[in-house]
Amino acid sequence: MYVAVKGGEAAIAAAHALLDKERRGEPAIPELTTDQIREQLALAVDRVMCEGSLYDRDLAALAIKQARGDLIEAIFLVRAYRSTLPRFGYATPIDTGSMTIRRRISATFKDLPGGQVLGPTFDYTHRLLDDRRHGAAPVVQPLRKAVEDDAAVPHVSDLLGEQGLIEPNPRAVNDEAVGDLTRDPLSFPADRDLRLQSLSRGDEGLLLALGYSTQRGYGRTHPFAGEIRMGPVEVHFVPEELGFEVSLGTILVTECEMVNQFKGSAESPPQFTRGYGLTFGHCERKAMSMALVDRALRARELGEEVVAPAQDEEFVLSHTDNVQATGFVEHLKLPHYVDFQAELQLVRQMRCEWEAANRKEAAE
Amino acid sequence: MSDAAHYNFAYLDEQTKRMIRRALLKAVAIPGYQVPFASREMPMPYGWGTGGVQVTASVLGPDDILKVIDQGADDTTNAVSIRKFFERTAGIATTTHTRDATVIQTRHRIPEAPLKEGQILVYQVPIPEPLRFLEPRETETRRQHALEDYGLMHVKLYEDIARHGHIATTYAYPVKVDDRYIMDPSPTPKFDNPKMDMCPALQLFGAGREKRIYALPPYTKVVSLDFEDHPFERTKFDRGCELCGAEGIYLDEVVTDDRGGCMYVCSDTDYCEGRRAAPHAAAPPIREARR
Amino acid sequence: MALSAAQRGFDDAVRESQRTFRLVLDAMAHAGRILRSDATLAPPPPLLSTSASIILALADFETAIWLDEPAADCPAVADFLRFHTGARLVRACRDADFAIIAAPARMPPLASFAQGTPEYPDRSTTLIVQVEALAGVGWQFRGPGIQDSAHFSATPMPLDFPQQLLENRARFPRGVDLVFATSTEIAALPRSARITAGPACTSR
Repeated sequence: MYVAVKGGEAAIAAAHALLDKERRGEPAIPELTTDQIREQLALAVDRVMCEGSLYDRDLAALAIKQARGDLIEAIFLVRAYRSTLPRFGYATPIDTGSMTIRRRISATFKDLPGGQVLGPTFDYTHRLLDDRRHGAAPVVQPLRKAVEDDAAVPHVSDLLGEQGLIEPNPRAVNDEAVGDLTRDPLSFPADRDLRLQSLSRGDEGLLLALGYSTQRGYGRTHPFAGEIRMGPVEVHFVPEELGFEVSLGTILVTECEMVNQFKGSAESPPQFTRGYGLTFGHCERKAMSMALVDRALRARELGEEVVAPAQDEEFVLSHTDNVQATGFVEHLKLPHYVDFQAELQLVRQMRCEWEAANRKEAAE
Repeated sequence: MSDAAHYNFAYLDEQTKRMIRRALLKAVAIPGYQVPFASREMPMPYGWGTGGVQVTASVLGPDDILKVIDQGADDTTNAVSIRKFFERTAGIATTTHTRDATVIQTRHRIPEAPLKEGQILVYQVPIPEPLRFLEPRETETRRQHALEDYGLMHVKLYEDIARHGHIATTYAYPVKVDDRYIMDPSPTPKFDNPKMDMCPALQLFGAGREKRIYALPPYTKVVSLDFEDHPFERTKFDRGCELCGAEGIYLDEVVTDDRGGCMYVCSDTDYCEGRRAAPHAAAPPIREARR
Repeated sequence: MALSAAQRGFDDAVRESQRTFRLVLDAMAHAGRILRSDATLAPPPPLLSTSASIILALADFETAIWLDEPAADCPAVADFLRFHTGARLVRACRDADFAIIAAPARMPPLASFAQGTPEYPDRSTTLIVQVEALAGVGWQFRGPGIQDSAHFSATPMPLDFPQQLLENRARFPRGVDLVFATSTEIAALPRSARITAGPACTSR
C-alpha cells in the first residue's frame, strides 16, 4: 500500500549532516584553517570579495571553507550576509591615482612615468606543475626595484588626455546620486554607473567569454591595455555629523583602463575611447574582461550599431549575476511534478488524438 | 551567525520591509501590474522562493499562522525548508491546515479547500512576465503592457490551436485581470486558474530574481485567456484520489513499479489527510471555470 | 535627549509598523471598507495619530512627502516626520510619494499629484487624507476588492470629488491611491475603484 511521502525534514537534516562530514574530508588530515585560506588562496578570496560585493578577507575565507571551495556558493554566502548589513552611508570615490602601486603595467608605452612594475604575477611563469609545491617549498625573498615612495604614477589615460587624444573621463555630477542596483531594481536603458556596478559584481566567467567574443569580432572595439594597476587605496567617508572626510582604511583593488579606437565625427576630432574595469582584490582577468565589456556596452552612447551580444545591454546586465543565474538554473532540481503532470496529461491526450487520426487515415 | 538573535524579526531589516510594503500597496492598487522592487539577496537561492519569502516576511506579524506548500504538499523539501526559516527567524506558529492559516506561501498550487476572506496567499514566481517567452526584452514587454498591446499572446495561443488542436499551455496559463493586465499566475496548473477568480482571499505574487511584485485583491475578476471557438478548459482527471477517494481535485501520478504501474493521489496533502481523518465530510464545492 | 509625548514615535517599531501596514493593506485590498485603527501615537497637530502611524510605517529616507498648507504651516509636523522617517519633504505635490492632506475640502486636484507613467504607473503619489468622518453610505463603488458593490463616503471633501474620482479611474493604470483617516478609523480607495453612483460631495 502506497503511503504519501513524509519525512522531508529528517531527510534534510541528514543530508546536511552528511555535507558537514564530507566538508571535513579525511579526519586524519589536519583541518584547513580560514587563516590559511585567507593567506594562501588569496586570489580565491579576492574573487569572492569582488563578486560577493563585500570587502572582508576573513568572511570570504570562511565562506570558501564553508562552501568546500565552490566559489559561486561562497559568493552566495557572502551576498546573503551582506544584504543584512545596515548601510550608514556612501564613501567618497576612491582615487586610484594615489594607489600604493604593487603592480602596474602598460601595453601602450615602453616606458612611462612611474615605470612598469610587474608585481606578483603568473605572467611569464612556465606553466609546469612544480613537484616542490606538494610540501613546504622554500620562499625566495623577492628583489625590490628601488622606487621613491612618493614618485608620481600618473594614469596612462591622463597622459593621453593631456594631448586630447582620448575622450575625457566623465565628471561626477554633484546633484546626481550614483545608482545602486542593490537598492533599486535595474531598468533599461541603464546608465554607465549601473552598468559598471553590474559588471564589477558580475561573474568572471561570463565577462571573460563576452570580452573574448569582442576580440573575435562580435562587437569589435580595437582594445589596447592602456594600463593595469593593482594595489591598496584609501577609502574616505564624510560622516554627516562631522562634515569632514575621515579615512576608513585601505582596500586592495585592480584597475584596468582599455584604450579603444574611435574614428571621431563631424563634431568631435578623432580620439581614443575608454573601457573601464575595477575590482576588489587582485582580479586581473576580471578587470580586463570588464573593461572590454564596458566599452562594448557603450555602443549606444557612441552611436555604434548594436549587433553583438556583448553590446546588448539588456542581455548582458540581465545575465551577469552568478548568484541569480545559479539559483535559477539549479531550481530545476526542485519538484515540478505538478507542472509535469499537467504536461503529461496533455501529451497523452494529444497522442491519443494523433493515433486515432492515423487509424482513421489507414482505414480510409 | 546561525542564531535568530542576530537577525531582525522575519529576517529582513525594517527598511527593506518598508520598501516591499510600499510595492505591495501599489500592486494591490493596480491589480495584475508588475511593480519593480529592490529584491534583496536572501539566504536561499534565487529561483527557490526568494520573492515569496520576501513578501511573506514583509507581511507576517507575530499573531499570524503560516502554512507553506510546494506542489500542494506541506512536506516537500523546499516547503519544509521555508517553513523552518520562518519558524527560526520569526518564531511564529505554523500549520499544515489550510483553514487555520492566515498566510499561505505556495509554489505551483492553490489549495483545494476554498480560501476565506482575511487569508493571504503568497505565490513564489520564477518568471513574472507572461509575455517573456514571446518577447525576451523587458523594455518591449513593458511597452506592450502600457499600450495593452496583447496581440502577440493571442497569436501564440492561436498558433497552438492550429498546430496541436489545443491551447498547448497547461501551467502558468495566462489570465486577464479586471479586464486590463495580462498576468502570469506563476507555474500553477491551469486546473487552479478558476480558483483565482473572485477569490475572497488576498493573493500576492513575489518574484525575487526578477525583482517584481504583483497582486490580486480579493474579489477581482480573473479570466483565463481563450477564444470563442476554443474556450478555456480546466484539466480533468478521469479518476479520483486512490487514498481518500476525492474527485474533481488535482492529482499526483506516483510511479509504483517499472512495468507502467502507477497510482493517483491528491496533490494537496492537507486536503487528502483531512478527508481521510473525516471520511464522511463533504468535499468542498468545486467552482466551475469562469468563461 | 528626552522626547515629549508629541515627539515620540513607535514604542515597538517592528511590531507597530507591521500592524499598521497590515491595516493599510487590508484597507487597500477592500476598497471603501472602514477599518478601526488602534494607533496610539500623539503627533503634533494637525497630524492625526492614525495618519502619523501610516507614514511612520511606510516612509523613510527613500521617499518624499508633501504636506498641504495647514500641515506645512506647523513646523513641528515637519520636524516630527523628518526625525522619525528621514524622508525628504518636497514643495511640489507632483514630486511626492506620499501626500498628507489636513484640509481635504481645499486639497489640490488629484490630477496634480504624481500619476506614474504608462510603463511605470506605480511611480505615483499615495494620498493620506485626514477627514472628519467616514461612512458606509453615499458614493457607490465597484471593482477589485469589492464583492458586489460598496458604499463609502468621507467628509469633508471637495465638491467635485466624485468627478475627480471618475477621472482618476479613467487614467488607469495611471492615477493616485487614497487612504482616508479619521482619528480612529481608516479606509482606502485604490485607483482601481470605479465610482458608479452617489451624491455630489458636500464641502464644509
